Amino acid sequence: MSSVTDQTLDHDSHDHHHAPKGLMRWLLTTNHKDIGTLYLIFAFTMFLVGGAMAMVIRAELFQPGLQLVEPNFFNQMTTVHGLIMVFGAVMPAFTGLANWMIPMMIGAPDMALPRMNNWSFWILPFAFAILLASLFMEGGGPAFGWTFYAPLSTTYSNDSTALFVFAVHIMGISSIMGAINVIVTIVNLRAPGMTWMKLPLFVWTWLITAFLLIAVMPVLAGVVTMVLTDKYFGTSFFDAAGGGDPVMFQHIFWFFGHPEVYIMILPSFGIVSAIIPAFARKPLFGYASMVYATASIAGLSFIVWAHHMFTTGMPLFGELFFMYCTMLIAVPTGVKVFNWVATMWRGAMTFEVPMLFALAFVILFTIGGFSGLMLAITPVDFQYHDTYFVVAHFHYVLVSGAIFSIYAAAYYWLPKWTGYMFDEFLAKAHFWCSLISVNILFFPMHFLGLAGMPRRIPDYALQFADVNQIVSIGGFAFGLSQLIFLAVIVKAARGGEKAEAKPWEGAEGLEWTVPSPAPYHTFETPPVIK
Amino acid sequence: MSQQYQKYYVPAQSPWPIVGAIALFLIAVGAGTSVQQMSQEGGSGHWILLAGATLLIIMLIGWFGNVIHESMSGLYSEQMDRSFRQGMSWFIFSEVMFFAAFFGALFYARMIAVPWLGGAGNNEMTHAVLWPEFSAHWPLIKMPDGGETQAMGWSGLPLYNTIILLISSITLHVAHVSLEQGKRTALTAWLLITILLGVGFLFLQVEEYIHAYVEMGLTLDAGVYGNTFFLLTGFHGMHVTLGTIILIVLFGRVIKGHFSKDQQFAFMAGSWYWHFVDVVWLCLFVFVYVL
Repeated sequence: MSSVTDQTLDHDSHDHHHAPKGLMRWLLTTNHKDIGTLYLIFAFTMFLVGGAMAMVIRAELFQPGLQLVEPNFFNQMTTVHGLIMVFGAVMPAFTGLANWMIPMMIGAPDMALPRMNNWSFWILPFAFAILLASLFMEGGGPAFGWTFYAPLSTTYSNDSTALFVFAVHIMGISSIMGAINVIVTIVNLRAPGMTWMKLPLFVWTWLITAFLLIAVMPVLAGVVTMVLTDKYFGTSFFDAAGGGDPVMFQHIFWFFGHPEVYIMILPSFGIVSAIIPAFARKPLFGYASMVYATASIAGLSFIVWAHHMFTTGMPLFGELFFMYCTMLIAVPTGVKVFNWVATMWRGAMTFEVPMLFALAFVILFTIGGFSGLMLAITPVDFQYHDTYFVVAHFHYVLVSGAIFSIYAAAYYWLPKWTGYMFDEFLAKAHFWCSLISVNILFFPMHFLGLAGMPRRIPDYALQFADVNQIVSIGGFAFGLSQLIFLAVIVKAARGGEKAEAKPWEGAEGLEWTVPSPAPYHTFETPPVIK
Repeated sequence: MSQQYQKYYVPAQSPWPIVGAIALFLIAVGAGTSVQQMSQEGGSGHWILLAGATLLIIMLIGWFGNVIHESMSGLYSEQMDRSFRQGMSWFIFSEVMFFAAFFGALFYARMIAVPWLGGAGNNEMTHAVLWPEFSAHWPLIKMPDGGETQAMGWSGLPLYNTIILLISSITLHVAHVSLEQGKRTALTAWLLITILLGVGFLFLQVEEYIHAYVEMGLTLDAGVYGNTFFLLTGFHGMHVTLGTIILIVLFGRVIKGHFSKDQQFAFMAGSWYWHFVDVVWLCLFVFVYVL
């Protein structure tokens, strides 16, 4: 098979050994690092846009009564905030990290299908342009919650639903292609000697995440299609008058939705499993059990979806089955938390910024996990369902979980990307401001929920006023704190103290064997791993 | 791992992905606005949709043209071939899950939603309060709100179509074997027969739809039976159409002398896709028509 002449290859790689210049570099690129950068910039931009919507929500909820916005606009804000944060911020950020890091971690020259990689990215800005543009159209954008339950999205939705459906379709195409690329890269492009059980956990968790994506994004496409036909073509999938059932919507949606939740947390586990050993200067405790735990969580994610639907009147057997399966997830998750703690046990710990975010992740994600366990208990969920307790729960796992881990990853690998160390003082300021404000923002929401404040309502009873004010103050503080991160990034991209190839003393992995910043092409011939 | 390492081909910059992204953008906007404008005269949506579809076709021709050129000039290694194969397998898996969503809807409607409306389980009050006249049967030919339709039988056209698709899978396999054995004439002939069978299937499917709409009153909006019937068979029909187009492209390449025993990814992918479409039809035939 060595018949391919080296000449052709050399000739071909000549013209793109160095990064091309200008706008065309970004539009036409096939380079995994460029595409990773694009994903990350896009994700952070969307994070700020979705965050601005959260600010509108918190401003409205600062006081009881209708203060600033119309209820319909408030609903659009909650809906689009959710859609943007899930599909526009967290998922693209993880895909960006995957693009940057996976080829370097496994000793691959690039992603397996580089042109498709570019396509996956460039669909996203267009999809979100459609979604955001619908906000400015007559009748407004989607206002049925990010979960677009029928009949809110069918009988009672406005006319922009058609655009919403097709925007979700092309987002899904982007995710599926991105996930296929990740799986094929990991399965097929590992360097010689990079055996399965030597893979960094970030690679393992992404492999499993990508599998989940390919399995459930098509189901999302199916369910939005049914919403489209129910609304515009007279079908009655979700209409009892024609023999359908609105509850069926929830079943199909959450069959997608629950694995989706793990899509947004499994890569976090991989990130934290890379960072904690680096700063505890000890190998990860229980590597194999981490792999099995990730796979178990992914497997279980397919049989727990109806825990989002305990109050829909399922048969008792269903309630019990989904309750027990949900609680079972605590076991592999507990294994993970135990392993992180055990990794730190008697480690030579230092607390650089990536480690601070990783530690905050472990603690705050665990809080979110515990409130998840509470929600899993069916009879208790009857009380908590659709209250601020749920909002507190999933923001703990998504903001102080997923997003904190993304920050940890960004700080950990930023020297590798830019070639410069970031401003330690600003970064620490970002961490402490975020840590304090995120708790002021989300912790009191537990109490609001337990006291019965419903979610997705622009107004509330007077007794919730004080706590809502505290929450809103926390929200504004958290929002502002994220601008510090923007400053850190801009500063680090422009210059600073030169970073060594391995700026973190205890860091392990192939990505630290290449110089900082990583050359435009790495591992064109694969390294040999012993 | 062999000692001799062959470089993995990383393509240089390519204009096609961004063209593809713009095409999908136009398709999404065009499809969305077309749906919004359905009830009114004129409208610009379908023009945007058409522009997007055209651009997508241009993109596919350009992109695949590049890939074919690279493949024919021997830039691709065995490893690259594996990437393509694995990518195609995962793509087919995603298609399986897409159909699974609609089969799931079918099973849920049939085994849960409709019986519950008829009072099954602890749903007697649902039945008594909502539509006491309704009795639960599958196929659902009398809807709770009183609408009526007819069920499509499995004998006749659907059975012929099943036989046609099964035979087409065999003929395509024979074509593939002929390719492996280097029998070009047999390859061309069997591939052509497969294409004709595919076209025949589509023709009969259209006949069936006309029959359903005109004579049976079985329409897309005829309750959950009609919904699942048309969306499942409709999406399947779209896949057969795409599969047939793929086979026609492959046929053109075979005529040009492309593909050999060692270099046949596109042929293989096309035939995988065709077999997948065939399996989906078998599930459809059993669960939509027979049972």
